[in-house]
Amino acid sequence: MTVTFPQKGLPWLLLLPQLLVTAVFFLWPAEQALEQAFYQEDAFGLSREFVGLDNFLDLFTDPLYYQSMLTTLVFSFSVAIFGMSIALLLAVMADRVIRGKLTYQTLLIWPYAVAPALAGVLWWILFDPSMGPIALWLESMGLDWDHYLNGGQAMILVVIAATWKQISYNFLFFLAGLQAVPRSLIEAAAIDGAGPFKRFWTIVFPLLSPTTFFLLVINLVYAFFDTFGVIDATTKGGPGQSTNILVYKVFEDGFVGLDLGSSAAQSVVLMAIVGVMTVIQFRFIERKVQYS
Amino acid sequence: MIENRPWLTFVGHATLWLGVALVALPVWMALVASTHPASAFGVGHIPLWFGDAGVETWKSVLLEEAGNGIESSVTFMMLNSLVMALGITFGKIAISLLSAYAIVFFRFPFRNFCFWIIFMTLMLPVEVRIVPTYEVVANLGLLNSFTGLTLPLIASATATFLFRQCFLSIPSELVEAARIDGAGPFRFFFDILLPLTRTNIAALFVILFIYGWNQYLWPLIITTDNAYYTLVMSIKRMLSVTDGDIEWNRIMATTLLAMLPPVAVVIGMQKLFVKGLVDAEK
Amino acid sequence: MQNLKIASMVVGMSLASSGFAATEVEWWHAMGGANGEKINEIAKGFNDSQDAYVVKPVFKGNYTETMTSAIAAFRAKQQPAIVQVFEVGTASMMAAKGAIYPVHQLMRESGQPFDESAYLSAVTGYYTSSEGKMLSMPFNSSTPVLYYNKDLFEKAGITQAPKTWQEVETTAKKLQSSGVSCGFTTAWQSWVQLENMSARHNVPFATLDNGFGGLKTELAFNGDLQVAHVKKMGEWQQNGIFSYSGRTNDGAAKFYSQECAMFTESSAGYAGIKRNATFDFGVTELPYWEGKVKQPSNTIIGGASLWVLQGHSKEEYKGVASFLTYLSRASVQADWHQFSGYLPITTAAYDLTKGQGFYAANPGTETAVVQMTTGTPTANTKGLRLGNFVQIRGVIDEALESVWSGDVDAQTALNTAVKRGNALLRKFEKAND
Repeated sequence: MTVTFPQKGLPWLLLLPQLLVTAVFFLWPAEQALEQAFYQEDAFGLSREFVGLDNFLDLFTDPLYYQSMLTTLVFSFSVAIFGMSIALLLAVMADRVIRGKLTYQTLLIWPYAVAPALAGVLWWILFDPSMGPIALWLESMGLDWDHYLNGGQAMILVVIAATWKQISYNFLFFLAGLQAVPRSLIEAAAIDGAGPFKRFWTIVFPLLSPTTFFLLVINLVYAFFDTFGVIDATTKGGPGQSTNILVYKVFEDGFVGLDLGSSAAQSVVLMAIVGVMTVIQFRFIERKVQYS
Repeated sequence: MIENRPWLTFVGHATLWLGVALVALPVWMALVASTHPASAFGVGHIPLWFGDAGVETWKSVLLEEAGNGIESSVTFMMLNSLVMALGITFGKIAISLLSAYAIVFFRFPFRNFCFWIIFMTLMLPVEVRIVPTYEVVANLGLLNSFTGLTLPLIASATATFLFRQCFLSIPSELVEAARIDGAGPFRFFFDILLPLTRTNIAALFVILFIYGWNQYLWPLIITTDNAYYTLVMSIKRMLSVTDGDIEWNRIMATTLLAMLPPVAVVIGMQKLFVKGLVDAEK
Repeated sequence: MQNLKIASMVVGMSLASSGFAATEVEWWHAMGGANGEKINEIAKGFNDSQDAYVVKPVFKGNYTETMTSAIAAFRAKQQPAIVQVFEVGTASMMAAKGAIYPVHQLMRESGQPFDESAYLSAVTGYYTSSEGKMLSMPFNSSTPVLYYNKDLFEKAGITQAPKTWQEVETTAKKLQSSGVSCGFTTAWQSWVQLENMSARHNVPFATLDNGFGGLKTELAFNGDLQVAHVKKMGEWQQNGIFSYSGRTNDGAAKFYSQECAMFTESSAGYAGIKRNATFDFGVTELPYWEGKVKQPSNTIIGGASLWVLQGHSKEEYKGVASFLTYLSRASVQADWHQFSGYLPITTAAYDLTKGQGFYAANPGTETAVVQMTTGTPTANTKGLRLGNFVQIRGVIDEALESVWSGDVDAQTALNTAVKRGNALLRKFEKAND
């Protein structure tokens, strides 16, 4: 138990700036979104009509909303699995090599600093069907690349762009996890005659599972909420609805489609998801803190 | 000792180099593209090797104007981005230090409730609540101002949470000793807490700076005055050309320049960055 | 003495500047690139022509971003005086009666001379009320035409530009046998291949005179003609006669690189094509289906108009009115038209351009004007007035993409799009009734 100070007013004063900012820029807009979700309003805000739960009913009877949920899941898990696999491979290799470890680390982690929107733009152009080097190369290999038309390819493109940014993060955590594996265990296995692959799968990988699980959660959260820029700068949810993830759909329906009621209802649903995820993450983190 | 297998070492280096090359691929392309005149892109494909128009484009983008409808120079917008990024970074650190201090070292009613309120803001990005937030900021008269650019983005809880963890790990004997020495809350904060969390603050600085620098949707929506245009948002705008050609060479040069400061921070402060990441998500 | 003189000059100057502080008029627009620079030039021309008002152009991103930013700003009472809104936003703007200041009313109340008959009716028709009054000021209007690569045509031994879609098909086949990989590509597929396609054949796109008759309008673009056309294009996509290249005008790259020999694109694409084409190109009217219509009708416009928003001072509106008058000057219009490839909005500007010998010197630039102005616009060719049209276009894009990729047949895709689009129309009706 931490020792505390007895003052009664001071803590409120200390909390004030944060509470104020949170109240004004988070709770107030969130409350407005909540209210908006029960109204149908014209774009300019000249007239509004109370519609009860209609916006939610529309949402939950709209197959496109479920499709967007599915798209979000596909996108998030692809980003998580794809990004983690590559990062794990690189981290294992970096853990093995004796020379140049830091150089490799430096050369691998910088994409973390690149804005998602810029990452999107760069990959978008690399894959542009008519001028992108990669698309032209794929075409010469006999693969017709067209992310304007092919939903699957558009999805692959945004997954690549989102993953590219996240590899650095996964890499650092895997590397730290690998370096924490006791050398003695590996040496013992080596003496028993286990080759490097066997050692990895039987000893190292199981020991990495807390890191892996943690990264899975973080990557999913990242793909859910922080990839807005990637989508906005590239596919804008298309072609069709093939890359319209939930976070983008809220923005698109509200700010582009001007359907404020539906957008607000979606915000509320997202907030609920965030609430649940927060609880899960909080529990998970608290436990981790206890154990460490 | 684990056996030494030269071919495995070789595979290791080869894989890593392949990874490094793949990661660098987009930047390589952007760099090459920025050295060609705008007309090179109209006819079809992005050139694979450097052209000779690079110096001219880079100079013009840096000193004159970014182009594609953005009249400000990249240098000018960099300053704006810097002000915004630093505003967000210091703002977050300051209010979070204070609130974490209150939550850990004081007992008062609704303490847990306050913490939860703050924690809830952790994950819902500004994109999702953009319309109401815009209205709030407009009502407060903060459009086209650095206050409007930074304040709403300060409302996030990562830093509070981190400092809370950090304070909780300070041995209570130390706190006890300070109390016996007669240190009040202020002296304790400045003389003991701040020095102890110095590296955490620095590490967090790196992460938050990147976050602040990379904002684009928010500045895109609340600014209509050139004087407040930031770099990343301008690139998005440069891409929306109606009935005209996009000058890819300028966009690529601007993009590279926009990436430069945060990447430099990550590489230059690598140790702190790694610590920041690990701390922020612990 | 000298000092006193300077002092009095300084005082005089500061008095002068405070006494005649120019009223600022904000103008949000969506024109990046070269057109954006031209807009700044136009604003500067106006600002230099008088000293009571200063027009300040602000580039707010693409059309959608500009319109929605202005609406968000209106909700927060921070709206600009003038905003450029693309044609598909027309119904949304019109329905917002408390938010817009109709141009005809603004001109009358500000005492600006304003003669609506000076404007080309084919252009203003899109933006007039049911009583024929101009609600917004047309600024940049365009209409789709067919661009073709003369060099590739020559190589394939083709001498005539195709007039009909049947000819497009045979021409494309000839081109393909001469080694060209793609016959044609299109920009703005919904606008060119459905909206204008319908108008060209005098077929309704939506009921109630394409929405001009009221909010109860329903989409009708799943008729025989449209289905047949989309079906054909789906087949063409499979055999390379057509090659899809995105929802906007990204297809230009395929035309520039001579991958595609023909390109249906806005007349406003002219400047870009001229700048980027390393080959000789021609411009011809948008094709039609032979046998489906005797005489093809005029096409409808795209582009944008300037809307004046409520909530500003009388003084500002005077500035707006005098700026709109300036914009309509034949010399300003002709210059903008010749620079950008957008249509001239007044007869005077058209005549001036002709008189200057511009069309003779730049073959193809008149095609769009001629195509727009032949015949009298009918209820099917006057334009489209549909609420939530931005989203409906998105729905149409999705439907067309599903046909191009071969996933869905044309009839089903268009039926679905009509159904989804109608739901959006009803939503708009409910919100604005």
